[in-house]
Amino acid sequence: MLFAVLSGFIVAALAPWLMGFLKDRIGWGLALLPAGLTLYFASFIPAVSGGEVVLQHWAWMPILDVHLSFMLDGLSLMFALLISFIGTFILIYAGAYLKGHEYLGRFYVIMLSFMASMLGLVLSNNLISLFVFWELTSVTSYLLIGFNHRDLDARKCALQGLFVTVAGGLALMAGLVMLGLVSGSFQISEVLVADGLLESPLITGIIICVLLGTFTKSAQFPFHFWLPNAMAAPTPVSAYLHSATMVKAGIYLMARLNPALGEHMLWTVLLCSAGGITMLLGVYLAYSATGVKKVLAYSTVMALGTLTMLIGIGTDYAMIAFASFLLGHSLYKGALFMIAGALDHETGTKDLTRMGGLRKAMPITATAALIAGLSLAGLPPLFGFIGKELMLEAVLSAEWQSSLLLVAAVLTASLGIAVAAAVAIKPFWGKVGDTPKKPHEAPVGMWLGPVVLAATSLLFGILPFLPEGWVVAAAVTSVKGQSVDFYLSLWHGINLPLILSGASLVAGAVLYALWGRTRAPLTMVNDVFSRVGPEVGYFRFMSAMTGFAAWQTRVLQNGVMGIYMIVLIMTTVVLAGYTLLSQYGLHLTLTGIGEVHFYEWAIALLMVMAAVYVIFTRSRLGAVATIGALGFSVALIFILFSAPDLGITQVLIETLTVILLVLVLFRLPGFSHYSSRFEIWRDGTVAVLFGGLMTLLMLGALDTRYFETISGFFVEASYPEAQGRNIVNVILVDFRALDTLGEIFVLAIAAMGVYSMLRLRAEVKDDRG
Amino acid sequence: MEHLMAYIIGILFGSAVYMMLRRSIVKLVIGLMILSNAANLLIFTVAGMTRGAPPLIAEGALMPEGAVADPLPQALVLTAIVIAFGVLAFAVVLIHRAYEVVGNDDLDQMKDTDT
Repeated sequence: MLFAVLSGFIVAALAPWLMGFLKDRIGWGLALLPAGLTLYFASFIPAVSGGEVVLQHWAWMPILDVHLSFMLDGLSLMFALLISFIGTFILIYAGAYLKGHEYLGRFYVIMLSFMASMLGLVLSNNLISLFVFWELTSVTSYLLIGFNHRDLDARKCALQGLFVTVAGGLALMAGLVMLGLVSGSFQISEVLVADGLLESPLITGIIICVLLGTFTKSAQFPFHFWLPNAMAAPTPVSAYLHSATMVKAGIYLMARLNPALGEHMLWTVLLCSAGGITMLLGVYLAYSATGVKKVLAYSTVMALGTLTMLIGIGTDYAMIAFASFLLGHSLYKGALFMIAGALDHETGTKDLTRMGGLRKAMPITATAALIAGLSLAGLPPLFGFIGKELMLEAVLSAEWQSSLLLVAAVLTASLGIAVAAAVAIKPFWGKVGDTPKKPHEAPVGMWLGPVVLAATSLLFGILPFLPEGWVVAAAVTSVKGQSVDFYLSLWHGINLPLILSGASLVAGAVLYALWGRTRAPLTMVNDVFSRVGPEVGYFRFMSAMTGFAAWQTRVLQNGVMGIYMIVLIMTTVVLAGYTLLSQYGLHLTLTGIGEVHFYEWAIALLMVMAAVYVIFTRSRLGAVATIGALGFSVALIFILFSAPDLGITQVLIETLTVILLVLVLFRLPGFSHYSSRFEIWRDGTVAVLFGGLMTLLMLGALDTRYFETISGFFVEASYPEAQGRNIVNVILVDFRALDTLGEIFVLAIAAMGVYSMLRLRAEVKDDRG
Repeated sequence: MEHLMAYIIGILFGSAVYMMLRRSIVKLVIGLMILSNAANLLIFTVAGMTRGAPPLIAEGALMPEGAVADPLPQALVLTAIVIAFGVLAFAVVLIHRAYEVVGNDDLDQMKDTDT
């Protein structure tokens, strides 16, 4: 399985190169990979449906309990099959949709990387590697949404999607780490059977953090707003990421962790309420939208809400409904998105109100749309019908707020039928619309996917034991944590769900009939709500954040060097001073002051006078001379205290310095008096504090000695090992020769800097001349 | 002597910081020079100061006779003195160049990256 996951990344790296060979057939060529993966995963069907869980393990960072380990059970298998099966047709479709696009190669690189990340996500058996793949899907999806990077809107929407999902990802990481710590293992297979998880004091935090991650990823209320905006992506991306795969990552994780966390009340309440609200809000927004991709995006939000709610309900029926609804939705939504892309491609508009009667021009697309639409509407004999019936059944079986959820579910079903009709019937039947381009049938690459997916919906609806035996039963076992006895069928006899379905069909038909007339009032209502919705909060937050960043930059990076230095110095003074005084105390010692010779006093006095005089002098020559006096005093100190080499060097350097200063500084203007009285006092205080701190630090260092000096080694080894009698020189050129080499480099770089600045000036002058 | 030096070095650091906080660009350079002298003295002093016993080995001996001054801080300071001169030379040319470009020696006027 490691190779199955990595193959996507490998082929992604080769994609631009393959472009050169395959040219326009690139989509077909690359689709061989997911097609092969579909077969590979399908080969596990007998084992997994027999109840086996396939585990494979590669140690990655064993010391951190992070592994590239994979688990293939019913749930993973269903997702893996959907990802590779739908991925096959998406790649073919993209080849036709983006034919001749200048960045097609780049598109395939990101798309294949995304596919591989998604496979890694659903197959991971390790919380940390799952998180890594999770973030990879966020990043690749950002690149895909912003694929038309010259378009400002696309970039903004991509950034929005990234911010929302990555912010949730941060919370998720905290949740997963806590989960791993509490259950004592980061392996998911072990987390699911860990004891005492629900009794842990961290359980509330775990649930909230994990759900923040999954809700943002799966566009649950109040984070649903990024998903419709993500439709700025090219349609193949929307069809793949924002219907069948990425947005289902959150759903996957909730389903995956359901056996471990599902018994907790908070889990039930949060999932049911967020899911229920998202479902209803999504279908309402889908009904009120007119752009074909927007309608589909909101209906995806609806489906994601439904799935979340079903996990939250958590009964046997809910789990069966979850698996069936998920499968059904992926099939018809993938198909419908591809059809939407074909419509856009062939008619030149996304606006549903301008489409109509396209059945004659695009017969194949129309048939696929009709079937997929029926499945979306939940009508027999499509697989979507089974999913919807089970969903109603599940809501009836709910233990928490069953009646409220039922009202929401029936409303959703009714509106859903109207939405399905708007997408699948409106463009193809009725009066011929007025479209910018003269419509004709889409190329084979663009109708193949919808046709296959729609046909699969039909096949699974008529023969429901096929998906049941293959993956649905095993997936239900994974989500429930134990096996559940059931069979899928179209006909369950006349029962409450069927009656509710019938009622919603009538209501849906009425709502569709009113579709044209409700546009204007609904747009008005939505305009009002868009001013208070969560998306407004997002924009407020973003502008506040950039505002804060600008303010902070203005304050901290104000360009005044004095302020920078004061901040740095005072931070040092406060931190070091506090530590020194609190740990060591204030000790103004004067040890050995009586042994100081009079000439040493004289030098000390000279240095102090120089230091003070230089502050008050207004003459540049005086300042330079004072600096010279200070430097030579330092040289004297070196010589008096047994450091002849230092003394010699200091005298040489000091001489050079004075010459340099005299040469250069006198080309600069004289000292001006810039500072105000306040600045003088402020800088003086800072200087006194810093000088005082240094004195105290030195006294502290002199009066405490934690360990002996290491110089003994150099003194003893100098002659026997390095054949040198001047120990300081031996250290410089032998024991610490690399340091000296570094020093030479510093000087060389400084010399080059000086030289280039002088040259630069010469050239500027030449230019002027 | 070390303790007396601690007070003197404190004064040197204070003087250096005050000079570096001036807006006149020449004073900045002078502050920098005092700072490097103060830092060198600090390293030299805290290792202990010894009168009249340089770390040299007499002709024919394998080791110095008796205690000598600590050679390690001397080696460090020797490096530091030379580096400080390199930095100073660079700084002096840099401010001279900056003055030529900006036409002003007030540091507060040198706030922009574009001139």
